[in-house]
Amino acid sequence: MKIRTFLYTFWQGIRNMFKNGWYSLASIATIGACLFLLNMFYSIVANMQHILYNIEEGVSVTVFFNEEVTDETIDAIGQEILQRPEVRDVVYHSDEEIWATFGPSYFGEDYMEGFPENPLKGEHNYEVFLQNVSLQDQLVEWLQSKPEVRLVRYSEATASTLSGFNMMLVYVSAAIIVILLAVSIFLISNTVRVGISVRSEEIGIMKYIGATDFFVRAPFVLEGMLIGLIGALIPLYLVYYLYDYVLNMITTRFEMLSSMLSFLTLQEVFNVLAPVSIIIGVGMGLIGSYFTVRKYLKA
Amino acid sequence: MTRKERLKAQRNEFIQENGIIYLDNVSMNYPEKGNPAVKNVTLRIDKGEFVFIVGDSGSGKSTLIKLLLREIVPTGGDVYVMGQSVKKLRHSQIPRFRRNLGVVFQDFRLLKDRNVYENVAFAQRIIEVPTREMRRNVPSILSMVGLAGKYKANVRKLSGGEQQRVALARALVNKPSILLADEPTGNLDPNNAWDIMDLLSEINEQGTTVVVVTHSPTIVNSMKKRVVAMKLGEIISDEQEGVYVNED
Repeated sequence: MKIRTFLYTFWQGIRNMFKNGWYSLASIATIGACLFLLNMFYSIVANMQHILYNIEEGVSVTVFFNEEVTDETIDAIGQEILQRPEVRDVVYHSDEEIWATFGPSYFGEDYMEGFPENPLKGEHNYEVFLQNVSLQDQLVEWLQSKPEVRLVRYSEATASTLSGFNMMLVYVSAAIIVILLAVSIFLISNTVRVGISVRSEEIGIMKYIGATDFFVRAPFVLEGMLIGLIGALIPLYLVYYLYDYVLNMITTRFEMLSSMLSFLTLQEVFNVLAPVSIIIGVGMGLIGSYFTVRKYLKA
Repeated sequence: MTRKERLKAQRNEFIQENGIIYLDNVSMNYPEKGNPAVKNVTLRIDKGEFVFIVGDSGSGKSTLIKLLLREIVPTGGDVYVMGQSVKKLRHSQIPRFRRNLGVVFQDFRLLKDRNVYENVAFAQRIIEVPTREMRRNVPSILSMVGLAGKYKANVRKLSGGEQQRVALARALVNKPSILLADEPTGNLDPNNAWDIMDLLSEINEQGTTVVVVTHSPTIVNSMKKRVVAMKLGEIISDEQEGVYVNED
């Protein structure tokens, strides 16, 4: 294709969009509404997953050892635990460290004076942090099988609740995203179809004169992509300000909530949302117009 | 000799033997209709001829134009246009094939959102004619059809006769070998109709083969050209300087 043909096609695409103003507006509104819903939904789900992830990060398994186990063996077991695929991090707490942490809170600042010896001797342990709480059972089973281990403390209920909630969130969000996408594609393809059927005569004339499929299709596809791009940018702009506003409101008005839960920053959300939204918008415009024009090119 | 040159030579030979348009025992059955639209039609049109295809409604003359444009494929026989079998054309070859044919319709079929110049230039754009050449060709063809002064006009604001002239200019700007006109005067008053027929005659005199489908006896009988009459999908007469009596 020659450059002048490409430029002509490009210009026709832009011209068509303005020429068919109401149709373009309807298409932009449809794409925009669908993507606004998708963006909002993604922002909520991404934050829920982030909160869950933070809670999961705090869930740990504590491993206590038999009295006769030497420090070397404990070190070796620590290394073994760290090598496990379920494990993200391992922190060793010595008897002294535990006493220094819990002593003041139970007995006040002068706690050392009443205890000539560390009453928590033998309570040294590993605090094991998991990659994923759903892997907790697997790790606990392995730890319990070790003869050096006296006790493994863990919360089965927390792990199963978090893991179940996480799975439910994944399934529900996947289902809702699929439904929203299907509805969007249906609405957009209908809008595009109506817009193009109005111009079927124009397509017919072009074909009679000897225009190639590419020559006929290119301005329509370009128009579809432009509509998709604008339809994606508008909800992104709206969600950007809405998210910023809601985040500010939570941190200023609901300090209690923001101290308990951590939310994704605007940039973190938009690093994913902006490219995905633009790709979906442009992609929908492209696919919708490409296949709709194809129907009229068969003659 | 390259493959392309060989193919061209074969087509020229075919045109010499069978004419620029050749319908070889062509039939066309639409599945939804009972009777065939065209039945065992054999017709030869030579280079430079001016031919009227006449007949009442439903005689199959519009189907004939559709067959020549490769809008439809015959269910029987074959259609050869410039030595090329339309049956053997692939979908991707159709645009190039149609560029050899200029087409004019009763309802003009202009791009209504564009001006006169753009409508004519559009035909040049699709064959990627350089802009400089286009700026020479379009005004030249517009002055030939008598619209040189109206190149900026919106086609919606033109009279029927003027719109048909634009359609004619668009059909001719790429210098096609064949001009197909489907009821070109159907929507025009007698004066404009005659102007268009004069233009078609002039184009024919310059060497373009002209095929006009019409059911207007006045025009056919005054022009003294070859007349192919059709009835119920069959050719019932084919006469040089023929006459036509409308039975509608």
